[in-house]
Amino acid sequence: MALLEVDDVVVQFGGVTAVDQARFSLEGGRVTGLIGPNGAGKTTCFNVITGLQKPTSGHVRYDGRDITSMQPHRRAKRGMARTFQRLEAFGSLSVRDNVRVALDIHHGLRGLLQRTPASRVDALLERVGIAEYADERADSIPTGTARLLELARALAGEPRLLLLDEPSSGLDESETDDFGSLLRDLAGEGRAVLMVEHDMDLVMSVCDEIHVLDFGQVIASGTPGEIRANRRVQEAYLGQADEEPVEQTTLIDPITTEIPAVQS
Amino acid sequence: MSSLLSFTVLGIFTGAAYAIAASGLVLTYSTTRVFNVAHGAFGMVMAFVYWDFSQRQGIPAWLALGLVLLVVAPLFGLFVQRFVTRNLGDSPVSVSLVVTVGLFVGLIGFAQWVWKPEARSVPQFFDQAGFNLGDVFITYHQLLTILLSAAVAAGLFLLLNRTRVGTAMRASVDNPELLKLYGGKPGLVAALAWAIGTSLAALAGILLTPVIGLDYYDLTLLVINAYAAAMLGRLKSLPLTFAGAMTLGILQSYAVAYLPSSGDLSGLRAVIPTLFLFAVIILMPQAQLRVGQVKGIVSAPLPTVRRSVVAGGALVVLMALLTLSMSSSNILLAGTAATYAMVMLSLVLLTGYGGHVSLAQFTFAGVGALAWAKLDSPNLLGLVLAALVAAAVGALVALPVLRLTGLYLALSTLAFGVLMDKLVFQASFAFGFNGSLPAERLALLGIPVTDGGTYVLLMTIVFVAMGIGLLQLRRGRLGRILIAMRDSPAACGTLGLNMRWFRVGLFGLSAGMAGLAGALFAGLRQTISATDFQLLSSLPLLLLAVVCGVTSVTGAAIGGVGFMLLPVLQSNYPGLAGLAFVVIGFGAVALGRDPNGIANLLFALGRKVEGRLWPAVADRMPSLPSLPLPGLRREDEPVGKHRHVDQPAWRIDLTPDDTQVVPMEGVAGHGASRG
Amino acid sequence: MSIPILEVMDLHAAYGRIEVLRGVDLTIPRGAVVALLGPNGAGKSTLLKVVSGQMRPTSGDIHMAGVAVEGASTEELARNGLCTIPEGRSVFPNLTVEENLKLVSYAGVPADKVLETAYRYFPRLDQRRHQLAGTMSGGEQQMLALSRALASDPALLMLDELSMGLAPLIVEELYDTVARIAETGVSILVVEQFARTALRVSDYAAVMTGGRVVATGEPDEINAKMSDVILGGAA
Repeated sequence: MALLEVDDVVVQFGGVTAVDQARFSLEGGRVTGLIGPNGAGKTTCFNVITGLQKPTSGHVRYDGRDITSMQPHRRAKRGMARTFQRLEAFGSLSVRDNVRVALDIHHGLRGLLQRTPASRVDALLERVGIAEYADERADSIPTGTARLLELARALAGEPRLLLLDEPSSGLDESETDDFGSLLRDLAGEGRAVLMVEHDMDLVMSVCDEIHVLDFGQVIASGTPGEIRANRRVQEAYLGQADEEPVEQTTLIDPITTEIPAVQS
Repeated sequence: MSSLLSFTVLGIFTGAAYAIAASGLVLTYSTTRVFNVAHGAFGMVMAFVYWDFSQRQGIPAWLALGLVLLVVAPLFGLFVQRFVTRNLGDSPVSVSLVVTVGLFVGLIGFAQWVWKPEARSVPQFFDQAGFNLGDVFITYHQLLTILLSAAVAAGLFLLLNRTRVGTAMRASVDNPELLKLYGGKPGLVAALAWAIGTSLAALAGILLTPVIGLDYYDLTLLVINAYAAAMLGRLKSLPLTFAGAMTLGILQSYAVAYLPSSGDLSGLRAVIPTLFLFAVIILMPQAQLRVGQVKGIVSAPLPTVRRSVVAGGALVVLMALLTLSMSSSNILLAGTAATYAMVMLSLVLLTGYGGHVSLAQFTFAGVGALAWAKLDSPNLLGLVLAALVAAAVGALVALPVLRLTGLYLALSTLAFGVLMDKLVFQASFAFGFNGSLPAERLALLGIPVTDGGTYVLLMTIVFVAMGIGLLQLRRGRLGRILIAMRDSPAACGTLGLNMRWFRVGLFGLSAGMAGLAGALFAGLRQTISATDFQLLSSLPLLLLAVVCGVTSVTGAAIGGVGFMLLPVLQSNYPGLAGLAFVVIGFGAVALGRDPNGIANLLFALGRKVEGRLWPAVADRMPSLPSLPLPGLRREDEPVGKHRHVDQPAWRIDLTPDDTQVVPMEGVAGHGASRG
Repeated sequence: MSIPILEVMDLHAAYGRIEVLRGVDLTIPRGAVVALLGPNGAGKSTLLKVVSGQMRPTSGDIHMAGVAVEGASTEELARNGLCTIPEGRSVFPNLTVEENLKLVSYAGVPADKVLETAYRYFPRLDQRRHQLAGTMSGGEQQMLALSRALASDPALLMLDELSMGLAPLIVEELYDTVARIAETGVSILVVEQFARTALRVSDYAAVMTGGRVVATGEPDEINAKMSDVILGGAA
């Protein structure tokens, strides 16, 4: 059974539909990529899954249970964790304390009575490879490092579902390679990993499955190979290769039907 | 029947004046995102200016009115927008609250200083003339007010919908950056909104003065009625604001007519707007967690345990020496300072660490004092119980507004303060109307601490213990979570923290600390009354806390002494009455963006002394041992290297979407490098 | 050769300590349409922000029609012939279509002329003149945004991700409008993820990565390379 099911989720802001009947599912042990052009609704999807955004309609099921209207912190308690596209590190705390807070929150009341072992904090920092920054204030570290910090913080809760929003932007090439193998390891431990990412090399090399979102809809799902060969995806990313301008003077409504074939 | 009608007319008249004030508030808030707590104070000062022009200087009423509404008020609004509230819209709500509360207190002080207290009256327009509608007499003043409110409504509608600058005002609510790209000037638009808003506050103040009198406080607090009305329109919708104002005016008028005018419920009439405000706030929908908020606040340095214990011990010893030589009146003052310092400590927790603003911290102290006097068990258990009662009340206040953002929490504390002031503290089951309660001094191990000096020493010890406890909390995991919550609520939520209860707990703890201070204060004074805990003292207290440094225990200690000295200064130098408030108010306006305050200047000075001067001095006098200066240095960082504390505090995070730096890759070499 | 409408020379800009533009050089000849392409985070939007006066550069020069404009405010530039349509929905959602258009008159064109031009090009907007802009479809909103460019007759038009979140057919149509605007002699800088679409309407193209312009050329040359840059190496 799938760990997470996103079922016909619709999110509307005013008159604009950001997510339009999105539907996909995730399983443990796999890295899934969620890609699509800017503004396709990827981050909104994340917000719906983690409870920061109420969907206009549709359902989110986690572990067989409908969590559509569950508060974010209760989802976290059930093993969901995420990172943010626009960084949400605790800027006035040190990198170490960022992770410590996450562990404290994870342990809850029980944690107030017993000490969080420092080794656990250090192990998490080591794991994502930012131990050397442990004593820096979180608002003074480079973007890429801060993203890894958010990952360490997310891992503190020993999540079963990990949602990463553009985790590799700000990392250099070798860091990105390390990050890719870390992702494989994390999935190898049985986690479901969902990643919004623009670095296609990374997505194509680490993902087991990819869903492509375009103007709020899942327009394609499949393995990296299938996605790369998919014409609709190429259109979504690159626009039509059609040389003939479309002969129309007024605007047509957003189409939901088949898109005309591409001449390449 | 005729009485119902006449009360309805009265209600519509009051409602019309509220509507004028409230629409000004909505206009300024919606165009600049700065909630002007001082809106009523603007109206008050302008009413005084009008009095000055028309009564003292004898300028004809219509000319005086024109001068105030079209010249003085708009210029004042422009000035405030340009030099005080500009760019505050992007700051944390706590900063804009502190700054406008600073204006609030500063303007009251200013008015008291310029227009010394004396009986003043402002006649109605057209004297008392009027006409009969059936058997109800309506004055032309009332009619004028109602007509003016209609004119204001129509004028604002035309301005916002039919003119380009009005359209630009609404556009700048949506997206000021985009307006600039169109070639519009959001700065000018904001200035215009403040000019008009101030003018409307002035008009409401002037219209209401003949009815409620020319008073520093009553006119200023009218702002609560305006808030209540504006809140119905969620600070956005002008039609709903007008509806709210009218409803409120009529409700209040009926309350005067039909609610008992004596007994415990008599205060109910005065708190109708407050109850209305509460009701509206509670009915507001849940605010969603937002990402991309403010983060990374630079706080005062955290001293080590050893250092704080040493500094605390030094304070206790100092106080012990002082109390030996003090007169009994000075001992009372020292005890008062200790009380204020403790209340300020509760603000260090709530505002300095937690980032929330309470506008009624003294009211919580009052609850503690009341509980202490009522419980009448002058021992440690009684003290703890009194604090617990205050904590429970604090939690109760925070409970309904949990779902909402900081602004509403702060406003509901203000409403709570008014409620307690007017309804509860004055009731027969509390202090009674203008009454007082006896309170006993704390007894330790069955021995009452009767000697004033010893009692003050005890209070100092409690302050030190609370301070050390607070620092301990800040160092520990609760403190870390507190800071984390302030930096990113969204991250805390998705990490599994139930912030609602945490916030209730934070509010309760802070109220409990204030309550403890109140209980000890009751014991110090031995008689205690409602006037000791007036809501209006809470505001300068908050400001002084910010000026002195609301992020540090040292700041609270300095602030406590400073706040105690205020009334002393005022009684010794009556000529300066009001001026102290001007200084604090405008001090907060100036320092509102840096809540580390004076204490931080001291820390910086201490570091400088240690880092630069002391080695130089020590070099020249090698025989002297190099003593550390207790309390003024942070130990966990080498002296002189640490610079970030001196940066502007409370800064906004400037990380837009596309700041990620993508590694440099040539187009052609791309495939090869990874392939 | 006449003076280019926009010349950006060795432009650097940073958010705090993070340098986003690391020496950008870019020239837009008068009357040309230039497409600026590149992956997310390359600094394209930041470049537009700096040129439009919304963000101060740390160093470098910007010349518009030969005049240095680094210190000019956004409003000043907008009133003197620079029309910038930023990323996302660049209309005021709580204003009606007509009110949105009336604000265009800040650029120096009388309001009735703005309305007339906009409605002539887009009869659709005329039908919806009293509708709140935020309740229109994304494509219609961008159409409204573009009508600002049409009606205000700018010297330089800068478009950022016009296509964001829109269906390809609508994007095509929007770019037809861009092409029409170009025919009137307006110089245009197009920032776009839909590389092919943008290239279709442009005379030149530039590719940015890592805060620099790394390639410039004719649309065809750049087109051949874009698939690699955007979808990853092994396409």
